[in-house]
Amino acid sequence: MTPVIPAAAAPEMSEAVFAFTLLLLLVSPLAIAGVALTNTGLGRSRSAAQAMFGNLAIVAVAAIVFAVLGSAIAGQPGAPSHAIHIAGTTWNWSGSGPLLLGAFRSSGAAFNASPLGLLFEFLAVALAALIPWGTGADRFRLAAGCACAAIIAGLVFPLAAHWSWCGGWLAQLGANFGLGAGFLDNGGAGSIHAVGGLAALAVVWITGPRKGKFPKEGFSMAMPSHNAVYVLFGCLLSLVGWLAWNAAGAILWFHAPLAALPEIAINTVLSAAIALVATCTVTRYRFGKPDASMCANGWMAGLVASSACVAIVTPTEALVVGLVAGIATPLLVELFELALSIDDPSGAITVHAIAGIWGLLAAGLFAPQSGQLLAQLVGIGTLLGLVLPVVYLLFAVLNRMVPFRVDPDGERIGMDLHELGGGAYPEFVIHRDDSYR
Amino acid sequence: MKYAGLLVLPAGFFLIVAALIMFPDPTRRAVFVVCGLAVEALGLGVAVRGHILPRGESNP
Repeated sequence: MTPVIPAAAAPEMSEAVFAFTLLLLLVSPLAIAGVALTNTGLGRSRSAAQAMFGNLAIVAVAAIVFAVLGSAIAGQPGAPSHAIHIAGTTWNWSGSGPLLLGAFRSSGAAFNASPLGLLFEFLAVALAALIPWGTGADRFRLAAGCACAAIIAGLVFPLAAHWSWCGGWLAQLGANFGLGAGFLDNGGAGSIHAVGGLAALAVVWITGPRKGKFPKEGFSMAMPSHNAVYVLFGCLLSLVGWLAWNAAGAILWFHAPLAALPEIAINTVLSAAIALVATCTVTRYRFGKPDASMCANGWMAGLVASSACVAIVTPTEALVVGLVAGIATPLLVELFELALSIDDPSGAITVHAIAGIWGLLAAGLFAPQSGQLLAQLVGIGTLLGLVLPVVYLLFAVLNRMVPFRVDPDGERIGMDLHELGGGAYPEFVIHRDDSYR
Repeated sequence: MKYAGLLVLPAGFFLIVAALIMFPDPTRRAVFVVCGLAVEALGLGVAVRGHILPRGESNP
């Protein structure tokens, strides 16, 4: 085991700021609810109950595994951590907190960022673990989804969170190498969304496309969302959660004053709003009419991109961030499906991975400090070059023990009947899929 | 080919880390970090290509 860096004093905060941040964190799970509802709506009706139950089960598994193991690896602001020393530089790579959330016992009754940071991570891990579930819709087994959530919550997310937020080596890039203020990611565009989105890519590669998605004729089969109302209402729920999440992240990780929160909220809304308008315009131009599901993806992409940079950009720059995310989303979803054979029903790879990485890059482009762009590039390089292959390897090994893909019969009758024994809409007639004739 | 691409990805990451350690000069460091990202992009491209379904295959 590497040497442990002793704990530094956790940043103190007034009782009022503590209470307000706690309130924000208690609202932030609405983002999880929104993503869950959107992902369920984007899937098929015959798998809706399994999709929504899977969301709950994954949140439950992620919470338990993070509490037992992940919280010790992630650490918290001011807590002791493991480090290695290379060429005179300290590389803080992992937290060394107690298992089973023992940090809460040691933090006592002080009003500092330590317990709130742990709560932020505890909620964030559920969202990160949830993202790949929507991507595997209609063929991803519940047991495999929960096992993937355990890996994300127990190892992958805690490491990424420690590196970004809790004094890890990415956060220390500024102090150790003079790269701006270190890797900036106040709302979790990297630790939550890019990690979840890259895990979604690994799930797609291992699980494969839905049966009939890429038929022998060579064209991709459209499999539209089963409930656009769920999808769009999920977007509205997400906005509320994101406002709270971005504000709480700015207070905890950037030590932003309360006076800065209105601008952070405005930037969040602006980024999502312009992304929706951009996606709407692109789909209107491409298909003749706006595509509601794609516009929902654009809205989500705007929110995700805002997560990294919302505390450091101006409203005009937030518009640029959202505009790029909104234009890129429909084009990339189409590219992934038609050219790269990636069957991603929820669009999570574009919405969470690509938009998250764009948000991180935008934070570097618009930050006033010199060297910030390079710090963001190092963070992005870590996500792509280390997190993606590690997640793929872990998932590939897991797939040998807990097969990801449901058997052909299960895919034929739908995940609801196969895994739960009952459908989400029992009064509705389930039509046979043309692709199974 | 898909596994070759995934092996190239960490090579790019280690190039980035090496740039941080070996080059105090900001310009050289930036060039090597960008090279590391380029290697990662190459690896990702190979991995994506390796996962593209051949025409006529509808299911793995």
